[in-house]
Parts: sequence; C-alpha cells; structure tokens
Amino acid sequence: MQPHSKQFKSNVTKALADPELQKSLFTVKKGLVENRAKAISLVSDFELLREKAKQIKQHTLSQLDYYLEEFETNFTAQGGQLHWAKDASEAQQIIVGICHKHNAKTVVKGKSMAGEEISINEALEAAGIEPIETDLGEYIVQLANEPPSHIIVPCVHKTRAQIIELFAKHHKKYGYDKPLTEVEELVLQVREIMRSKFLNADIGITGANFLVAETGTSVIVTNEGNGDLCSTLPKVHIVTAGLEKIVPTLNDVSMLSRLLARSATGQESTAYTTFATGPQRSDDQDGPEEMHIVLIDNGRTDLLNSELSEMLRCIRCGACINHCPVYGSVGGHAYGWVYPGPMGAVLTPAIIGLEEAGDLPNACTLNGRCETVCPVKIPLPKLLRLLRVRQFKERKGSMIWRGGIQLWGKLASYPVVYHFLVNIGIRLLSFLGAKKGRFNKLLLARSWTQSRDFPSPQGSTFHSQWKKYKKDHHG
Amino acid sequence: MSETLKIGFFVTCLVDAMRPSIALASIKLLESAGCDVTVPSAQVCCGQPAFNNGDIDTAKNIARQVIDVFEQYDFLVAPSASCLGMIKVHYPELFQDEPHYLEKVEKLSNKCYEILTFLHDVLKIEISARFDSTVTYHDSCSGLRELGIESQPRQLLNKVKGLKLKEMKDTDICCGFGGTFCVKYPDISTSLVSDKVKNIIDVDAKVVLAGDLGCLMNIAGRCQREGKAVRFYHTVEVLAGMAAEYPAIGEKWS
Ligand code: SF4
Repeated sequence: MQPHSKQFKSNVTKALADPELQKSLFTVKKGLVENRAKAISLVSDFELLREKAKQIKQHTLSQLDYYLEEFETNFTAQGGQLHWAKDASEAQQIIVGICHKHNAKTVVKGKSMAGEEISINEALEAAGIEPIETDLGEYIVQLANEPPSHIIVPCVHKTRAQIIELFAKHHKKYGYDKPLTEVEELVLQVREIMRSKFLNADIGITGANFLVAETGTSVIVTNEGNGDLCSTLPKVHIVTAGLEKIVPTLNDVSMLSRLLARSATGQESTAYTTFATGPQRSDDQDGPEEMHIVLIDNGRTDLLNSELSEMLRCIRCGACINHCPVYGSVGGHAYGWVYPGPMGAVLTPAIIGLEEAGDLPNACTLNGRCETVCPVKIPLPKLLRLLRVRQFKERKGSMIWRGGIQLWGKLASYPVVYHFLVNIGIRLLSFLGAKKGRFNKLLLARSWTQSRDFPSPQGSTFHSQWKKYKKDHHG
Repeated sequence: MSETLKIGFFVTCLVDAMRPSIALASIKLLESAGCDVTVPSAQVCCGQPAFNNGDIDTAKNIARQVIDVFEQYDFLVAPSASCLGMIKVHYPELFQDEPHYLEKVEKLSNKCYEILTFLHDVLKIEISARFDSTVTYHDSCSGLRELGIESQPRQLLNKVKGLKLKEMKDTDICCGFGGTFCVKYPDISTSLVSDKVKNIIDVDAKVVLAGDLGCLMNIAGRCQREGKAVRFYHTVEVLAGMAAEYPAIGEKWS
C-alpha cells in the first residue's frame, strides 16, 4: 500500500466531515472499550499478567537471534521451509515465487497485518494471481477496494448499509439477486461463497500471532475459523510474520493469548486458536503438503537497535487504538498507512521512515490512555516523544514551531526580561479583552479562536502582583 | 504539623500570565495551613512545550533553572498537574545521561507536589469554604495518569459547603488541549473538546472545576463558543473561597 501519511491533515479534514464514519467509530470508542473493561474486571491479577507479558516479550527481544535460530531449527525439523525477507519487496518475491512454482491461480488469505505491510495483494494481482480475503472484515474492505482502517476490525469504518450495498453489488455474479438486510443472512451468504473459494484455492496465506521457538509452531487466533481453513485446505500454506512474533515457549503463548483476546475484543479467548507445526505428516488427517514461513524484517532489526525498541513488544491487540481519542475522531484511514492509532504513529515512521510518516508522531495529545491499556506496557507517549526528538534533530516539521520554541527557551533563561515583556503583553491583552472577558478572534491565536473563545487575562501577571500582595498580607 | 514547611511555589507560566488568582488562592490555602510560602522570581516555565516538541536542549536548560532555584525548599508545589508531571516524571528522564546531576533531579522529583494532592495528602487541610452550586470535576490526563490524581480533588470538594459534585461521563478521556496540540491540530482538538462539552451539558452541572488551567481554557472556550452557560474555575479558587472575588474564566469583571 502506498503510504499517504504525509496528507494526514487533509485526511483528517475529510474524516471529520464524514458523518457515516463518525457513526461507525462509535463501535470502537464505546463497544470495544466497554467490552475490554468488562473482560479485565473479571481477571483478578490483570496488572500482574501485563507485567509478565511485558517480561516475556522483552526477554525474547533481548535474545531474539537465539530464539529465531531455535525456531528455524525446530520448524525445519518438522518439514517446514523458512524464508528470511529483509524488506517488503523481498517478501513479495518469495511469496510470488512459491505461487508460481505451484502454478497457483487463486490464493485464500487469512487476516495478516504483515501481509498488508508488504502489500502482498497488489503483488499477487500483478503476477496474475487472485487473492481472496476470507476474514469477513478483510473481505468487505477488499470488495470496497479500500485498505483496512483498524488492525482488529478492518472494516469498522463501514456502516451496515454500506456493507449491504457492497454485497448486493458484488454477489450478483454468484447468482444472489435478492439483496439481504439481516446480519445472519449476510454472513451465511459470504460463507457459501467462501466455501467454494476455499476448496478451489491453490494456496493459503495467513499471518501469525505467535511463532513458538521451542516447537517451531505458528499460531493464529481468529473468530471465524477462516485461518484454520486457509492453513489446512490448500496444498500449500504460507505464513507471513514479522520477526517480533517469536516467543520462547507454548506456555508463553497461553499466557499472552489470555491478554490478547481480552485486550482486543474483550473475549476470554478467541473462538479459534490454530497451531500449525510444519506440513501434513503421514499420520495426519489433513494439512498442506508444503508449509512456508516468510519472516519479515522490514525495518525491525533497525527498530530493535534503536531507542524505540520497546515497540517490538506489540502483539497487535488494537487496545491502544480503541482507547485513542484521536483515532476515535478521525478513524484509521487518516493515518495513511497500514497501522493506525498510537501504535501506528510509532510503527509507521519506524518502518517507512520519518519523512514518509509526515506528521504522525505529532498527531497526539500525549494523554497517555493508550499506555495504560497496552497489554505489554509499551510506553507509547514516550516513544512518540522520542520520534519528535528525532524530527527536531533532523530538522523535519514546521520551522515556525521550531523557531518559536527556541525563542521561548532563550527568553525563559532571562527571567527578569521575560517577566517584564510578558507583563506588558498581558496587560495589553487584558485591556483589550476587559469589556467582554474573552476574545472571539485573536490574530495570533487563530487556530484557537477558529472554534473556541480565548479568555481575557485577569490583569497584570502574577509575578508583577506578588510583591504588592506580600506587602498587604505580611506587612 | 508542628514545624513550618518551607514551600517554593511554582506559579507556572500559564497561571502567571492568564489567571494569577489561581496562584493567590493556592498560596492562601498553603498559608492558612501554616506553610511558609516563597515565590522565587527566577522562575518562568517548566519546559514542557519544548520537551513535547522534541527540543531536548531547550527543555533541559529550562529544567536546570527550575531545579537549581527550587532545590532549597522543603517542597515545590504547583497549581498544575501537567507542569508537575513534567517536573516529577520527565525531569528525571531528561537527565538520565547525567548521573551526577540526576541525584539532584530525583531529590526534587521526590519533594514536588501538585497543589490539590499536597493539600489533601500532605497537609490534610480543613476546608471552610462555601460554594452553592452543582459542579463537575474534569480530570486532566497528566493528573490522572502521570500522577494518579483522582480521589484527592473530589474529597476536598466534598468538604465545601453547599457544593454538589456530579460526575460526568468519560472523565478519563482527554479534552483535546494537549498543549501545542490544540493549535497544531485545531480540528481534532475541536472534535475532542466538543465531546467533552456534551458530557458537561448532559450531567447538567453549572460549574466545571479542574486542576489545570490549560484544560479549563480549552473547555471554557469551546463551551462559550457554543453559547452554553457553564462557568469555569480552578479547584483551588473554590477551595480558598475566592471564586466570588473573580470572574470565572472567560467572563468579565462586573
Ligand atoms: S501497542 Fe500495545 S495496545 Fe497497541 S496494539 Fe500493540 S500491544 Fe496492543
């Protein structure tokens, strides 16, 4: 997907003016937030779990080489084929190569953010292979020819009416003439269409939530069971996963998935948790003939060696997104790339670069709600600040702000001058504002007064009043 | 408390410029509890605007000034959770690479307080003020999440005679101020503050109180633009019984 994070501001204007989107975002702001709150209130030691989860991920990252090798050894011992992709285009080549080798015409896909990250659908289409999304949400955005707007609920920006319209338009070719309105009917219809797609697909591509070093297992959690089918029905199963998906043991998986489901949707656990360890063995009843895992770096090694390395603990639960007031008012598309919300504002510049990520690190009030819900305790506001430091050092972003802050800093180091000048300015402002008590328009604060009044200062500054006060009260 | 506590009062640049009555009310409360309050004149700002905009050098310069000026007092007290969060939580982060100086920074970090928590937790102050109105309290994000301030202001307000405290919805959600954020992203900020105003109107409060002037100016400004008749004060103005002496935020002297 071509990033358009640089157009964040114009994306925002569009998003705020879209009443349908605003309605849809309510699902995230209310529904998912409340579900999570309820789910964690039932766990007595949730904070302890978070701390443990953090430690598991942090420990893994501190010895990532070791665990990656262990994973490779165990996965290949089970007959799996492991591929290392240093970036998106290498990952695309590897995957398209496997598809060509098997003369694949169609590929069924489970939801995979890593897949989005490497634009695998575009690459497959360019190679004449049809990718079919099988996660309901992903399927909907695919029909709409849009990128996902949320990492857990990809089509959360779509209203029910829009979905009904999409199905009516695209399902005609399968002989469904009667437009449906009930959710169950709609789901059933997609299920029927999917069934034949699954059976006829040459290859299945899924993501992975965890890669278990001690067993060489790839784990996915889904609610629709589509991941299961993608990985067992076609002859070939390809997994796309970022390096950071590695965890040492199966025990760690059970611990982390308790947090993942609760943080993401408020479920105790997802409906399906699928463990895939290599291709079909002689005594297995089903499974693919070949299993490939494409381990994607795409900036992760650099991230690991940077001041932002804690970001690699992320288990893609989406809780930070659901609790982000900025996401809640502009939705995911405004962020302009694969990952939205707080995690996206950190990951996007880390993966595609500060230049391409535009303003994302700044588009945050630093209110910190995300950090309090992150199951692996990633200090997201701190990481955003660190990105701002990078921006400042590399002289990116607005020069006016830069100059303004530096000037302020200079002035602040001369308190006497500062107090003198500010008092003059404030007395003038309060004189001008005295009649109404506030300003409707202020030339120097237009961004403020375009939608808010600005209060008139009370009079002179505190420091100028303090001496008099002292004398009056203490003689 | 038996011995007199020496307080270095950190006014904050916003209170200094916009609403000195917040500092006067704070000092009145501190003095009524027997504290010896000094307001050093060599103070300006906590450096947060620079820190949040990536200008670490400027932030550090300003921080050094604050640290050197205030280290001599028993406590640093400030009428803003946001500035206090900067001093208490972020100053130590800023000086991680200067272990020698860090000791000093951490000492200050351990003895600095936001005014409401200081009044409640340390001074355990008695409140004699009266304020006949229905009020709702706005939690600032830094107060709530960086400093864990939630119950203290409410407990203090419950001691004010005539005051009825009603909780609005979504008290843990940002009002959209965010320092420079509100002018860098005015549209998003407006969307957030409009939600906040809606919650205030829904709870039918006549007055909104908070511990941070930034949030108060933001919410008051939006409320007034929408033509809603709600009044805004800093919590200490009510606790000190001084609300009647000053017009509410954005209102004129009568
Ligand atoms: S940053 Fe934390 S809260 Fe956000 S998606 Fe990742 S794990 Fe979940």
